[in-house]
Amino acid sequence: MKLIIAVIKPFKLEEVREALTSIGVQGLMVSEVKGYGRQSGHTEIYRGAEYVVNFVPKIKLEMAVADSDVAKIVETLGETAKTGKIGDGKVFVMDVEQALRIRTGETGEEAL
Amino acid sequence: MNKFTKLAGLSAATALISTPALAEAGVDAAEHTIFILNSVLFLMGGFLVFWMAAGFTMLEAGLVRSKNVTMQLTKNVVLFSLAAIFYYLIGYNVMYPLGNWSIGTDETGGYLGAFGVAVLEAVGVSAENADDIGYASTGSDFFFQLMFCATTASIVSGTLAERIKLWPFLIFTIILTGLIYPIQASWKWGGGFLDTQFGFLDFAGSTVVHSVGGWAALAGALILGPRIGKYAKDGRVVPFPGSNLPLATLGTFILWLGWFGFNGGSQLAMGTIGDVADVSRIFANTNAAAAGGVIAALALTQLLYKKPDLTMILNGALAGLVAITAEPLTPTLGQATLIGAVGGVIVVFAVPFLDKLKIDDAVGAIPVHLLAGIWGTLAVLLTNPDATLVGQIVPIIIVGVFVFVVSFIVWSILKMTMGIRVSQEEEINGLDMAELGMEAYPEFSRS
Repeated sequence: MKLIIAVIKPFKLEEVREALTSIGVQGLMVSEVKGYGRQSGHTEIYRGAEYVVNFVPKIKLEMAVADSDVAKIVETLGETAKTGKIGDGKVFVMDVEQALRIRTGETGEEAL
Repeated sequence: MNKFTKLAGLSAATALISTPALAEAGVDAAEHTIFILNSVLFLMGGFLVFWMAAGFTMLEAGLVRSKNVTMQLTKNVVLFSLAAIFYYLIGYNVMYPLGNWSIGTDETGGYLGAFGVAVLEAVGVSAENADDIGYASTGSDFFFQLMFCATTASIVSGTLAERIKLWPFLIFTIILTGLIYPIQASWKWGGGFLDTQFGFLDFAGSTVVHSVGGWAALAGALILGPRIGKYAKDGRVVPFPGSNLPLATLGTFILWLGWFGFNGGSQLAMGTIGDVADVSRIFANTNAAAAGGVIAALALTQLLYKKPDLTMILNGALAGLVAITAEPLTPTLGQATLIGAVGGVIVVFAVPFLDKLKIDDAVGAIPVHLLAGIWGTLAVLLTNPDATLVGQIVPIIIVGVFVFVVSFIVWSILKMTMGIRVSQEEEINGLDMAELGMEAYPEFSRS
């Protein structure tokens, strides 16, 4: 089992969700986050004075998936969330030790 | 006058055929048309200018940070009420001495008006006992003029927002509305020396109201100093984005609406064809100037900063309105639009310029009211042949020096005696909790 974390541009959320659903991803956690990467934020002007927006709004997606699905999902994320411009985001994949489906008591990949 | 006399004559003639009593009523209405309609104009104008207090309140609430909103709301409702009381106790007769000058005379020019409380006409006053049957009821005049006085005080609160203590601000408001504003207003509108000696023209108060508020605010801003963190050590200007732009926009629209009363009511007459047509012309020109200010600010911020800045656009609307206030009657619609547009340009350049001088004006009241006010007063020369260069410039300087110097002294005394600024900790925590113990948006978390 793997946990995939993707940080994407907020306006891409709907497109990404549709693409993930179409390849069979059954669960998705979504949160609104702020942060910065290599871009280190960007500047804006308010009443003639320039200021740096240090933390850019992003959407964080988290999904726990079976090992066999990881490659397909990462590829889909890479394609649908991409604009080619600065700030498209990142995808991380990590191991998951255990999972439990609370209602049924199933564990492991059965629980996903 | 013609149309009303004709109509009244017709009704009188019809009435003669039926009953004599009705005929008398018809004639009565015609004779007093001017008094009645002028009073209605003042009341209508007064309602609209009153609503500008709401406009200033919303504009300021929107442009300050959320931790200072309750304080801004409090100051605005209280300053209006103080203006109402002190204009009644002192201001009205200082501003309109009706010949009873304490210093000066009507002929040579008055300098200091009369002292005494405002007194209204008796209940159900008759035409014979009215204070001025050829003009308007005293109640309507007082009500209308009071609103202008309160407007002046509203201008000051925005500039000094987010760091001034409540009570010294309120004491300054009393002095501004009871003395500073009425004294200088008497020089022009009370028939004082700026009117008689200079032929100064300021229709609805680009100088008398708006610049005065701006000068008082500037003196306060200089003595009070900028908000903590506004100007970084490396010379950078740190923006403090406003907490609620919908409120700021609503406030601007409210002010825009109120301005029809501000300028239209300042025709001071609605009893003849000419006067009603002039009031209409003023409404249209006032609107045009605001639109000009908006479009100028929109275009300039797009050009300079690559993105339009809503707060500057809102200031542009107000600067357009201030600019047309000294002469909303004589310009054509096109001229009014351009006069307003120049106001919008002034704002876009003046806001960063003040920041360069480290004069911290939280809402842009100095560019809008002082600088666009000066521009508007000079712009009278463009469309009104009665205006003279000296007659406009010298009063701008006299009023400016008087208001700035007196305000500077008053602010200095307040600073030395009770202190005008909250502590550093209170300022950073916000005036709402520090001075009032109450937040405007208690259920919102701050990020």
